[in-house]
Amino acid sequence: MSQTLLETAGLTVRFGGHVAVDAVSCAFRAGELTAIVGPNGAGKTTYFNLISGQIAASSGTVTLAGQDISRLSVAARCERGLGRAFQLTNLFPNLTVLENVRLVIQGRRGRGFSLFSMASAEFELTDAALVVLERVRLDRLRDHKVAELSHGNQRKLEVAMLIALEPKVYMFDEPTAGMSVDEAPVVLDLIAELKRDSDATILLVEHKMDVIRTLADRIVVLHNGALAADGPPAEVMASDIVQEAYMGRELEDV
Amino acid sequence: MLNTLLSGDRPRSLVLTALLLGVLISLAFAPFLFPGVRSLETAATICIFILLVASYDLLLGYTGIVSFAHTMFFGLGAYGVALASTHVGRGWGALALGTLAGALAAAVLALVIGLFSLRVRAIFFAMITLAVASAVAVLVSQLYQLTGGEDGLTYRIPRELTPAFRLGEVFGVRITGKILNYYLIFFCCLALFLLLLRVVNSPFGRVLQAVRENDFRAEAIGYRVVYYRITATCLSAAVAALAGSLYAIWLRYVGPDTTLSFEIMLDILLMVVIGGMGTMYGAVLGAVIFVLAQNYLQNLMGVAADAATGLPLLPELLDPNRWLLWLGVLFILSVYYFPAGIVGRLRAGR
Repeated sequence: MSQTLLETAGLTVRFGGHVAVDAVSCAFRAGELTAIVGPNGAGKTTYFNLISGQIAASSGTVTLAGQDISRLSVAARCERGLGRAFQLTNLFPNLTVLENVRLVIQGRRGRGFSLFSMASAEFELTDAALVVLERVRLDRLRDHKVAELSHGNQRKLEVAMLIALEPKVYMFDEPTAGMSVDEAPVVLDLIAELKRDSDATILLVEHKMDVIRTLADRIVVLHNGALAADGPPAEVMASDIVQEAYMGRELEDV
Repeated sequence: MLNTLLSGDRPRSLVLTALLLGVLISLAFAPFLFPGVRSLETAATICIFILLVASYDLLLGYTGIVSFAHTMFFGLGAYGVALASTHVGRGWGALALGTLAGALAAAVLALVIGLFSLRVRAIFFAMITLAVASAVAVLVSQLYQLTGGEDGLTYRIPRELTPAFRLGEVFGVRITGKILNYYLIFFCCLALFLLLLRVVNSPFGRVLQAVRENDFRAEAIGYRVVYYRITATCLSAAVAALAGSLYAIWLRYVGPDTTLSFEIMLDILLMVVIGGMGTMYGAVLGAVIFVLAQNYLQNLMGVAADAATGLPLLPELLDPNRWLLWLGVLFILSVYYFPAGIVGRLRAGR
């Protein structure tokens, strides 16, 4: 097995008396796709927020490629290779589709502080952005304002922005939530492609069991903020606790 | 060529293009098209306010930061020129020194304010700027040995820029140093305006808009939002100071009322909003309309009041002393009908 890229050790956050994430220790290897499941309120998104830095941990550490990044800002973690797509669509609503993706590529290439060049003449940024947009089939909407897009297309753009970032760790937070049946495959195929073609670590919060079954190498179950189960999909899905508490119903559906 | 000059940000509306061309031609040939001391005074004020408003729009419209200290930076530039001309003596060197010192002081002060407040929350910045601007205004009026207090400072600028300097006639207009002075201001403002237009259309400018739209996401894709906010603040402050220096060179006088007053701060806000936030061209239209109204609305109303004599109530309503009332009405109407400003409206509608 390849080496550990991302690791959380005893990661905990308390809001007042409520422990939202409770001492979660977990290591994620390069080239591995981990599905993170659990009922609503289990702390999945909060766990993501702790890893990518939107929320500061009360205790515990986050380590990326052997370096402790627990004290770093969101932007600094992003620079070191932590990429994140959001559950609630979180874009630049009054900029165009193209501009949203261009901003990601421009940042990755360290061009943000170029004050006196013409952005519209930076064709290599535009071209790179268009390549990503084609992959999510949004290239024809390139000049539309994001606020004008349908929900499904906004979700696709959300994924496109993470892909444009080319991080070492991809964190998808329910990427297909609210998507129509014919839109979701575009996004799922992309994630499958990422898994196949790159050596990235992929973390995926997802509710749909069939999706998890086809994509995941491993399942981590969170319950009340704590780690409830961790292992290969077949094993975790078969375990009593998961069967009973979270997956019983969904498994029957499949 | 033109595209490069405008940084790829074309007016994108026929009416807007025509209006902007009209403004450009009127200002470029103002001494010949509108001879007379008062109209030249108005033209110079328009040039300077276009630049001042554009620099404020970089902050408010593009970055989404509210600042109440813009007149303070404007004043720093103006007092820089005044103090240098007073203490170093009349000359070009003094103008250059005062201008540079003013711009530098403004940028450094903006950096300090930004470091203190922008790290926390953008709204905190608005309050801090309000406090610092008030403190500076009090300080300027208290340190009268240095600043002339409420009376301000009058000083001498190089003779080539004053009415006493004569060059001959062109098209029946006597070319004096005052006209050279006007062209100094016109070309400096034009160049700095185009520079600002380039900055907002640069990769940096795109990040500013991203920060305005969604700072949370901007951070998540790797932009250190604080640094961008601070850089925009410093840049905006420095350009405001340069506008102040030009104003001081034009007026040959600085005082709290012409540069530091809170009234001017409100005027700038109104000009940005009327013209259209987040569009550099909005600064042009906003400043032109507002300065013209400030200078000529009273005359216009005088004429209208005379024409309405004999009618009930109208003459009182149109009395030139009520011009502020009508300016207020104009402002409310423009915000009501053009919430995105004149430029936003022109670009959107056909």
